[in-house]
Amino acid sequence: MFYREAGQFKTSYIADQSILPIAQDRVFVFGFMAVAFLGVPWFIDSYWANAIFVPFLAYALAAIGLNLLTGYCGQVSLGTGGFMAVGAFATFKLITLFPDLNLIIVILLSGAITAAVGVLFGIPSLRIKGFYLAVATLAAQFFLVWLFNKVGWFFNYSPTGQITMPSVEMFGVLVTGPSASPAARYLFCLGFVVLFALAAKNIVRGRVGRSWMAIRDMDIAAELIGIRPLAAKLSAFAVSSFYIGMAGALYFGVWLGSAEPIEAFGVEQSFLVLFMIIIGGLGSILGSVLGAAFMTLMPIFLKNFMVDGLAVEVVTAKHVEITLMGVLIVFFLIVEPHGLARMWQILKEKLRLWPFPY
Amino acid sequence: MGGEVIFFLEIVISGVMAGVMYALVALGFVLIFKASGIFNFAQGVMCLFAALALYDFMAPGGWVDRWFGFTFPVWMAIVLTIGVMVVVAWLIERLVLQHLVKQEPIILFMATLGLAYVLEGVGDILFGSDVKPLDIGIPQGASDWALDNYGIYVEKLELVAAITGAVLVTILGIFFHRTRIGRALRAVADDHQAALSVGISLRTIWVIVWSVSGIVALVAGIMWGSKSGVQFSLSLIALKALPVLILGGFTSVPGAIVGGLIIGVGEKLAEVYLGPFVGGAIENWFAYMLALVFLLFRPQGLFGERIIERV
Amino acid sequence: MNPERPPNGVLLEVHNISLAFGGVKAIEDVSFDIRDGEIRAIIGPNGAGKSSMLNVINGFYHPQQGSITYKGETRSQMKPHHAASRGIARTFQNIALFKGMSTLDNIMTGRNTLMKKNVIWQALYYGPARNEELKHREFAEHIIDFLEIQAIRKTPVGRLPYGMQKRVELGRALAAEPDLLLLDEPMAGMNVEEKEDMCRFVLDVNEEFATTIALIEHDMGVVMDISDRVVVLDYGKKIADGTPDEVRGNQGVIDAYLGVSHE
Repeated sequence: MFYREAGQFKTSYIADQSILPIAQDRVFVFGFMAVAFLGVPWFIDSYWANAIFVPFLAYALAAIGLNLLTGYCGQVSLGTGGFMAVGAFATFKLITLFPDLNLIIVILLSGAITAAVGVLFGIPSLRIKGFYLAVATLAAQFFLVWLFNKVGWFFNYSPTGQITMPSVEMFGVLVTGPSASPAARYLFCLGFVVLFALAAKNIVRGRVGRSWMAIRDMDIAAELIGIRPLAAKLSAFAVSSFYIGMAGALYFGVWLGSAEPIEAFGVEQSFLVLFMIIIGGLGSILGSVLGAAFMTLMPIFLKNFMVDGLAVEVVTAKHVEITLMGVLIVFFLIVEPHGLARMWQILKEKLRLWPFPY
Repeated sequence: MGGEVIFFLEIVISGVMAGVMYALVALGFVLIFKASGIFNFAQGVMCLFAALALYDFMAPGGWVDRWFGFTFPVWMAIVLTIGVMVVVAWLIERLVLQHLVKQEPIILFMATLGLAYVLEGVGDILFGSDVKPLDIGIPQGASDWALDNYGIYVEKLELVAAITGAVLVTILGIFFHRTRIGRALRAVADDHQAALSVGISLRTIWVIVWSVSGIVALVAGIMWGSKSGVQFSLSLIALKALPVLILGGFTSVPGAIVGGLIIGVGEKLAEVYLGPFVGGAIENWFAYMLALVFLLFRPQGLFGERIIERV
Repeated sequence: MNPERPPNGVLLEVHNISLAFGGVKAIEDVSFDIRDGEIRAIIGPNGAGKSSMLNVINGFYHPQQGSITYKGETRSQMKPHHAASRGIARTFQNIALFKGMSTLDNIMTGRNTLMKKNVIWQALYYGPARNEELKHREFAEHIIDFLEIQAIRKTPVGRLPYGMQKRVELGRALAAEPDLLLLDEPMAGMNVEEKEDMCRFVLDVNEEFATTIALIEHDMGVVMDISDRVVVLDYGKKIADGTPDEVRGNQGVIDAYLGVSHE
């Protein structure tokens, strides 16, 4: 009843091409943003920041990155963990080499470095396709993690092999390190995610996004109408890795604070981010964010439910959690293979007609 | 023979043996991919699960022992485990695959990742996550014959694994090319829809093929379990088998074997002759790099057919 | 419309093209030309090498022998994207649309080679990228109007019926503002009304946009009605070339179609 677009006419292509063409959507999104930026910081404490909001935001950025490559350009990658490691180690090196550099610039540079590495490992995509490529990207995963584990220069020869993020200020407020306030860390990550989610949306609705999707849907036809597979695929690897690198920087710098390559950036990370985009919805920016939220919240929810609610032993709970994760993933794929983004769409369709069934 | 040469030979032989072990795992992948186009990531966990079940049937303190007060002899346990793997295959078809028939390959791939989680979790809940020594009477230690005659150190267990692998491949070859079911399997692999329209039951085929690869997983699980105990890390051998797959091609049985051998030998040689220069522990990625470089020159893999693209 | 138009009126000429896949000869020593502004039909029985010929012309297949002269420039082979940027566009025998994208996006993809703004401008969107997008959107809308597909502008093409998909594919090819348009069986599988519509579009494109058209078609009625000249292929060889009337009377063509045993 209240969710109708009747009477809203588009009189220019600009209006027709906007991300949120329906007025009610705009109200909703701006309201949501207002709460996220102005409301949440007031009550966020360190549990909420550490367990939920900051990891969610870091993963959301990584998921957007992977979705650009896999969902939009059709190139399956299992190297996400490795690329996140590149971002994290780049941030660590930059911030320890140039302590006075602005943190935002450091993170952007880390993204750029990751993009270069991503292009390098994306070159095989020109010759190999599908699962062959997916397996090939595992080479990046294992090689990069090994590299950061073995070569002392990357972790400044620390005896434990760990990297630790120093405390860094932005606009006079600490955003990293143990004494940074939860609200500051949350807002810092939120700013990144919102800005770059918007940028991603802009990219996918323009020329570059269309060339990616063309390659995804039918690469031969795309080539024949003048899209260069080389440029399209490598640009997808570059942009995707840029996002994943920044996500790795936030993941290490703002969330973990200190990290060890094998544990923090293992192949499980690659699978986790892949789960996020599948459950969220391939080829959807919103889906990436929803998937990241889902995969961050579900283990916490399951653990709380079993350990606190049913008083199951912690070890058993871990096993049950793994099993249930698996069951939920399979269940989701069966019920809605297009992910949460599609569910959201269907919900909106229903809402348009409400209270009538048709 | 000089010491250098013997040392080199020992490395190559141990590489060949490791390669056979990889090939055993890769074989399970190939079977399922060939018949259904599914990249079954759960293959490694299936090895673990089979080995766990096998151990449980034989071990004092297992479910059978606790409930009935006796344990099964090895051969009975193996038969029973095969039964378990068939049931698992049937359940997978019933509960998962059947509902995902016309989905994209990536969706099916993700579903098998979910399956891997389920099997791992269920395995842990049922059998516990401690390391279990698996002993079904395969001889261990150095082969005296090789040591006495040629002065070369060869692990007996690996020799058994190699022979088992060869026998298994022969049986599978006969199964695929000489039996009615084998023909149906190949038909399904070519085109699901067309196979359905000539009256081949996709569901039966899937149960069969998942059962067969469950059995292959059992064999691989026995070999790896005897070597290093049954534990979670067993499921990670799936990651070892992947480079073998891209080298040999996802659909080629001989490719899995030859690919396994190349990876096994290459990895061992690299570890010994290259490893010390770059700080060691390169076995995690060397195989992938080897496969990757290879693919750049031959994208269709060792035995894959050249694809003529048309529009 | 185009300064590159060759003076002698021949837009494209293929010389002695031979193409083989392994031992199978798809095309053997075929030569013909396409004049600027005409509608040129390529006909022949199934497996005559017609689609392969189009694939050679736009660079997807590389012939073992022969050369192609396009806009006065002779080369033995070229890359598909090069052909596209030089003004050759095409449609496909089995529809090759981008199924996950809307009609509008498919047509906009046809203009990709004409758009220049890089990924950073795109990420910013406001400013140059938007202006470029709007300019091309306007052209895309022009084509949508021309093909009368306004109603399905935002529909994912995977959901459209067959005839509509063919029309969208034509739109995508037109979006590139081609000088030479290759149509591979544009009317296959259509009913009479849809065929009539499509014929009208093909003729209109030829007239309004002054686009040269090479088309493969099985419906002889259509071919004889709309084409200026016809080349006939059979078993990879050229057996006739001329106006529809000339070809109709050619004994070789009649044999090829009605069936005479090939010794």
